[in-house]
Amino acid sequence: MTGVGIAIGFWVLAVVAVASALAVVLWRNILRAALILVLCFVSIAGIYITLNADFLAAVQVLIYAGAIAIVIVFAVMLTRDAPRGNQLNRFWFPALVISALMLIVIIYTSLSTDWKTVAELASEPTTSAIATALFDKEKGFILPFEIASVLLLAATIGAIALAREK
Amino acid sequence: MTIGLNHYLILAGILFCIGLYGALSRRNAVAILMCIEIMLNAVNITMVAFSRYIVASALTGQIFAIFIMTVAAAEAAVGLAIFISLYRHRETVDVERMDLLKW
Repeated sequence: MTGVGIAIGFWVLAVVAVASALAVVLWRNILRAALILVLCFVSIAGIYITLNADFLAAVQVLIYAGAIAIVIVFAVMLTRDAPRGNQLNRFWFPALVISALMLIVIIYTSLSTDWKTVAELASEPTTSAIATALFDKEKGFILPFEIASVLLLAATIGAIALAREK
Repeated sequence: MTIGLNHYLILAGILFCIGLYGALSRRNAVAILMCIEIMLNAVNITMVAFSRYIVASALTGQIFAIFIMTVAAAEAAVGLAIFISLYRHRETVDVERMDLLKW
């Protein structure tokens, strides 16, 4: 991909991601908010593609837009608060102030820091490189990988035990 | 007009703050969980952007993003199971009415 193509793709995907995230936060009907969340996840997958992370984009579509979004839609259906469920609480104004301050701090620090960026690499597939970095014998991430699988097993068993009819 | 690291950091910051506002200002627990997922996605964008622009050959940021996705999936499963169980017992997912532990 050329630089202009990446720039156009980034701006389109960024606008879609921010607009759909705002719709998730502001929309009163929580079922529609859950469905527009899928659009947000898919546009973030596109952002990963502009960052040359093709494996992560595929994982994003599979896990977030597939699995997590479906689980959230199921939870919305099972709790039956859909039409009026997304109301504001008493602290919406302090929350707005805190978020705005946080945004200002983030933008200021990221613009004022002198990041030591490297020159651009050619875009090439990352799947085998991720596998090598993850399972390398010397400096890989084998123990965190195993712990993550135990975490997923514990979360699955815990979710079944919590949500089961007594 | 080239896209640099700052573009991705500011995009992730905007998404993070939208999610933070939603997580702090909503009453429905499922909506709060959706906003937390947006925040985790924003953090993942910064991880991948740093991995691309600062340590481009090591890919450590992408591996961290994979672990964050794992934890996010576990958190979504357990959190939604808790909400379904709470709804079964108390007929609500309004966080202002979940005050059993409040003295």
